[in-house]
Amino acid sequence: MSSPHSAIVGMGRATYLRLLVFFLAPAAIVYTVFSIYPLLATIFNSLYLYHSETKSYDYVGLGNFTTLLTDTTWSVPFWNAFRNNLVFFAIHMSVQNPIGLALAAMLSLPRLRLRATYRTLIFMPTMLSVVIIGFVWQLILSPLWGIAKLFLQTFGLGFLFAPWLGQEGSALITISLISVWQFVGIPMILIYTALLAIPEELIDAATVDGLNQFQAFVWVKLPLILPTIGLVSILTFVNNFNAFDLIYAMKGALAGPNFSADIMGTLFYRTFFGNQLQLGNASMGSTIATMMFIIILIGVMTYLFVIQRRMQRYSF
Amino acid sequence: MRRNISAIAVHGILGLYTLLALFPILLVIFNSFKTKNAIFGAPLTLPTPSTFSLVGYNRVFGDSAVGSYYVNSIAVTAGTIFFTLLFGAMAAWALTEYRFRWNTLLALFFSIGIMVPIRLGSVAIIQLVVSLNLINTRTALILVYTAQNLPLSIFILSEFIAQIPKDLREAARCDGLSEYNIFFHIVLPLIRPAMATVAVFTMIPVWNDLWFPLLLAPTGGKQTITLGIQQFLGQYITDWNAVLAALSTAIIPVLLLYVVFSRQLIRGLTSGAVK
Repeated sequence: MSSPHSAIVGMGRATYLRLLVFFLAPAAIVYTVFSIYPLLATIFNSLYLYHSETKSYDYVGLGNFTTLLTDTTWSVPFWNAFRNNLVFFAIHMSVQNPIGLALAAMLSLPRLRLRATYRTLIFMPTMLSVVIIGFVWQLILSPLWGIAKLFLQTFGLGFLFAPWLGQEGSALITISLISVWQFVGIPMILIYTALLAIPEELIDAATVDGLNQFQAFVWVKLPLILPTIGLVSILTFVNNFNAFDLIYAMKGALAGPNFSADIMGTLFYRTFFGNQLQLGNASMGSTIATMMFIIILIGVMTYLFVIQRRMQRYSF
Repeated sequence: MRRNISAIAVHGILGLYTLLALFPILLVIFNSFKTKNAIFGAPLTLPTPSTFSLVGYNRVFGDSAVGSYYVNSIAVTAGTIFFTLLFGAMAAWALTEYRFRWNTLLALFFSIGIMVPIRLGSVAIIQLVVSLNLINTRTALILVYTAQNLPLSIFILSEFIAQIPKDLREAARCDGLSEYNIFFHIVLPLIRPAMATVAVFTMIPVWNDLWFPLLLAPTGGKQTITLGIQQFLGQYITDWNAVLAALSTAIIPVLLLYVVFSRQLIRGLTSGAVK
């Protein structure tokens, strides 16, 4: 640690230093060794090419990135995964977050009974493991069990049923919607809390001015919770571009059919570990992880410097 | 009158959504207690005395490994919570209480981990764990999860420690208590509610994680229950009784914990913990 410039009265420098080391070293060491070092080492790894025959590393600069983005063996899967990940994110932004907002708005209505019960129950799927949720939905949508079909038939819509998870055109959308179903609780709770923090008088004043509940929500509450919506968006972005579990649990590492559900997380896993089709490749795995890091960093920076700064004008 | 109609509409929508959230979970749990014929013949009914069956559960618990997967999950989760709280509280205390050069820098350094997912460092984490000879051990998982959860823990606990009145600490110092005693005997008991929040917050994602168990402890009997169930499901994919029972076995403990801790968890989520 550094030399202290403001020690506790009557304490020697060496004793003070020992105190700081005692309290800070365990956290600093575990965090540095198992979190920061691996991140840096991964970025560092992406600048080297591993030769399995000679077991040696060659410095190639940005060569791996050029390969990833231009060599069709790599660039086709990469852009496919990137595009799918954007679709995955777009579905969360356009379905999960609006539903979360609507539920939060209803939950925060004054004099609503059973508020805590609704909140607890709707949040429940968020608690369960993605692996479990993936399997549960796989069973429900399975033509073998026929629950989904039975359901549609009750409404006379049986002809709409298809093995959605197995078809190239619908697998990704179906998986995204399952993820939306599971995680809608997070935007709901965050927005709900922000809504509760709005002073009652503000809404009363708006109602006195002749606005109904819905208008008061759109014109008074919504602008005030924009910072929370910004936070929800960046959390969604980071989680989506880091996702892996659900697709792996439902579709395996190949994210089939024909890679139609492949996202960055599964591509990274497959590249690093290898699979039936290719050998594991630590250098390219690191390169993909570094690309994910850059994508997430761009998102976080955009949030910090553009969205959050612009929104501060609206905060209290 | 109009108010009544809109209240009914709101309850209708919230009620329907609650049903949508619970239906898949309940469907699996109910059917796990039925015979195979009833699972396919009448999936939407509750188990009755004539359709009741525990054959799936016999298969799951007949697989002797399932018990040890639970032990692994409990050990990994408890170990992670212990070290995350202890190291997190110690660092949070030093960062808020003591002034030294690099204080702000160190706090910033810790905050990187809140936004950057540790998963991206997986390639190097595996190499590190292999070189430490910790592959297929619970220790590896505990160390990685502790590193993953420390930043948020330090962030939340710092806020609580900063709220402890200064007089309390000064009085203790005047009484001649050492800094170590002040922390362990005065500060730690005072921040217990915050520590409960952090514990619940750490527990759920660690228990549910698939990525690190898959990478660091995929075989050798050290699988966590989440990974163990995933592997079990792969093996028994055609045995519906076993699949449904395995899923319920994984769901029910989490649901019970959730019912007990939901207040703490939602308080944690809402106390600005995710900023």
